[in-house]
Amino acid sequence: MGAQLRVYRQRIRSAQTTKKVTRAMELISASRIQKAQARMAASGPYSRAVTRAVSAVATFSNVDHVLTTEPESIDRAAIVLFTSDRGLNGAFSSNVLKAGEELATLLRSQGKEVVYYLVGRKAAAYFTFRQRGSEQSWTGNTDQPEFATAKEIGDAVVSKFLTDSAEGGVDEIHVVYNRFISMVTQTPEVVRLLPLEVVEGIEQPEENAILPLYEFEPDPENVLDALLPVYIESRLFNAMLQSAASEHAARQKAMKAASDNADTLIRDYTRLANNARQSEITQQISEIVGGADALSSAKKH
Amino acid sequence: MAALTVNVVSADQQVWSGEAAQVTARTVEGEIGILPGHEPLLAVLASGQVRVRQAGGAVVEATAEDGFLSVENDTVTIVARNAALV
Repeated sequence: MGAQLRVYRQRIRSAQTTKKVTRAMELISASRIQKAQARMAASGPYSRAVTRAVSAVATFSNVDHVLTTEPESIDRAAIVLFTSDRGLNGAFSSNVLKAGEELATLLRSQGKEVVYYLVGRKAAAYFTFRQRGSEQSWTGNTDQPEFATAKEIGDAVVSKFLTDSAEGGVDEIHVVYNRFISMVTQTPEVVRLLPLEVVEGIEQPEENAILPLYEFEPDPENVLDALLPVYIESRLFNAMLQSAASEHAARQKAMKAASDNADTLIRDYTRLANNARQSEITQQISEIVGGADALSSAKKH
Repeated sequence: MAALTVNVVSADQQVWSGEAAQVTARTVEGEIGILPGHEPLLAVLASGQVRVRQAGGAVVEATAEDGFLSVENDTVTIVARNAALV
């Protein structure tokens, strides 16, 4: 066998092995998206109920709460970045990091200091590599987030938010995550978490409508105190679930592209190998014919 | 008599939902019973049991930790970080 042919066969084998791996990863991701989507749907009632409750207090009482009022001056802002633990999912993590950088540039141009909270090994690696500090980071199981992690993050950011900015607290909290729109579309989303902007599900009372008189137990301040951390947690948990579903979808897409590319490579190399084999055979035949010709013409003379 | 629509939800799932005649829960200030026609209410729950009495007299019991109880237009929502049927 010719050397050229052997090289081609080797490349074909290598592409086939890669394809087996990427195909397997694609199938695993495809099956996990279903589960991630189901979890997203299952957490829906909770976040809807919490959001409704928050909007009820915000609309039907006139308490001034530290979490809802806009501070006079914002010195420091926190950004929570949700990335993945593992790669091989296309631009999933870099999209979030890019959106985070843009947000940080914007905030800095407004004269705010930026501190980071990182979720996912990719974000942590990105920051370590550039030797940039972060306030805190959480790694491990970004593809199957647990509520306990959301609670930890919530506790950390809310306590930081309640600290005075002179003592290292923050005045604003933003989150950046990949929003799951469909199996093929996931877009990085930037949301300001605190001070509170209840956007979803808010029911603006009509001009002359008589507002239902809400009763709060024990009192509006205490209810808000207890409710807002829960609201933040549920928003964070929602972001984590969205991010997990997006991660699987992005990985499935990336691995599908890789498998398709492997197919193309295998086809191209097979053609080249066939070419090489054919030309080898042709050469051998012409050598034999040429040799026989030379022999028979030598006999005549 | 009008009935209450009750939803019990925890962080990761809907635990129970259905119609009920009465809901009893423990808030930080004490036991509270809710019948149809109750005024809008938002209360912080103490950890403990929530009892939902259905129209037929059957009782559904659930535990709720770190939760809230909201009542609005005969809709009772019990939201808790951890909630489970007993």
